[in-house]
Formats: sequence, C-alpha cells, structure tokens
Amino acid sequence: MTWLAVLGTAVGCYALKLAGWSLPARWLENERLREAAALLPLALLAALVVVQTLGVGRALSLDARAAGVLVGGIAAWRRAPFIVVVLVAAVTAAALRAVPR
Amino acid sequence: MNRRRVVRDALAIGIAVGAYGLGFGAAGVTAGLSVLQTSALSLLVFTGASQFALVGVIGAGGSLLAGVASALLLGSRNTLYAVRLAGLLGLQGPRRLLAAQGTIDETTAMATGAPEELAGVAFWVTFAAVYGCWNLATLIGALGAGALDTRALGLDAAVGAAFLALLAPQIRNRTGGLVAVAGAAIAAVAIPFTSAGLPVLIAAIAVVPAVARR
Repeated sequence: MTWLAVLGTAVGCYALKLAGWSLPARWLENERLREAAALLPLALLAALVVVQTLGVGRALSLDARAAGVLVGGIAAWRRAPFIVVVLVAAVTAAALRAVPR
Repeated sequence: MNRRRVVRDALAIGIAVGAYGLGFGAAGVTAGLSVLQTSALSLLVFTGASQFALVGVIGAGGSLLAGVASALLLGSRNTLYAVRLAGLLGLQGPRRLLAAQGTIDETTAMATGAPEELAGVAFWVTFAAVYGCWNLATLIGALGAGALDTRALGLDAAVGAAFLALLAPQIRNRTGGLVAVAGAAIAAVAIPFTSAGLPVLIAAIAVVPAVARR
C-alpha cells in the first residue's frame, strides 16, 4: 500500500510539472491562482511543523521532541543553514531523553 | 554573470540541497518507509517539500490518501514554475518531458536569475547537480537512519525542524507570515478532532482570505 502512495505521488507530481509545460500559458495566468500557489506551501509547511512537533495521534504533547523543534526554530530564525537547524533539534531532543529521571 | 559562474553556482546549490537530502532520507526511514521506497520518492517525485509532506503524514499515522493529497498541494507551485520555464526555454518533444521532471524551486530560480542566453545552461546544470546530490544524499540518509535508534538520537524532532527550515526562508512579507500562523493554528485545533494527515490538508484554507482579497 505504501508503494501505491509512493507511485501515486510520483505520477501526480510529474503531471503537475508537465501541465505547466503543456497547457496554454493564459489558462494559468490568473492572479488568484498565482497567489494561492505561492501561499499554499506556507500554510501546509506551518501545519506540518505543528503536527510533527505536538501531535501524537489525536493528542497534543509537549515533550523532548517539541523542545528540540523549538531550539531548531531559533536556529532557523537566525538563518542558520538547514543542516544546523536539523542537527540542533535532534541533539536537543536526544539530550533531554538521555537525562535519567 | 558568465557561463562559468552559472555552472559554479549550480554546483553549489546541488551540494546545499544534499543537506536536505540527508534529512529526507532519515525522515523517510523514521516514518516507517523502506530504504528503497524512500529512494524511489527522491528519484521519481523529485520535489522536496512534497516528499517531506508524504513521509510526515505517513509517519504521524495518517492515511496514505491524506499524505498524497498534501504532497500534491505542495507540488502545485511547480505547475506555475513550468509556465515560466516554458516561456523562457521553449523546449519540445523528449527534452520537454525530461525538463518537466526538473521543474522545481532551485532550477526555476537559477534559470530565471541567469542572463537570458544562459537560462538553458543554468536550468540543465542545476537540474543535473541537484538531481545527483539529492538522490545520493537520500540514499546515505536512509541507510544511516535505518542502522540507528532514531528516537534516542532525536530524529523525530529533526523532522519538525526540517519543516521549519523549509518554511522560514519562504516567509517574505506580512501576508506570508499571517498565512503561516493561521495554517499552524488551524492544524493545532484540528489535531484532536480529525484523523492524522487531515489537519495538514484542512490548513490549506488559511490561504483563502489572502486570495479572496485579490
């Protein structure tokens, strides 16, 4: 089933790319369509941050993972390179979990 | 900007993208995909945010359909990139079919940023550099994460941070910031009431006020 999702995403994403190369340009020269395409990644990525940081199934949880993302967020806000953002988040979460309690 | 500069910049972008690729490879395996499935995503889908979204939703326990839908919504901006590239490069036949696969953030930025006579070089060299680095890094990241205890190493936090790192540079004005905050708030409210994966899709309505105002 996972393979179906992998291949479905592959076909769909390629079709989206090819559509722009093939359809008449004026069909896609709509100001609202452009604005929506530019803003959609912002809404979806922000939602993914929340789900990946706080979500555990249908519950919300503030734990070592959230602390890690918070520290990674500070790094991202300071314009740190991608690899630094990801590493400080992982190290923070790992360190908090390693503390015996 | 001369030809040499364009090629050098393209290679630098490829190497920078490698860092995302390592993160994606690790995220895919952490979400429960096999190394082969994770690598297949980078080879066939080849648009980073969509790939991260699919494995993010699957990793959170969401339905595959919700994961695919999130990935496609994120991939829709490539359609508009393709319109610009088609006007710039005007390719036909097999070359157009190949160029379509390379239509992503980085190649569009390079092709539209280069002098017009070098747009084609900028596109193809960036495509080659990013494709090579992205896929190699995905494989290394996936193999690495598969051999490790991902939770003890905090790799689950790395996935959330990866989305933040993808998001931060895209917030360039007040509207963008408001849409991001609204998307995050909608997702947080939706998590307890919907099955995993749906909060991300529902968050898409955050763009409606901004688009309706146009």
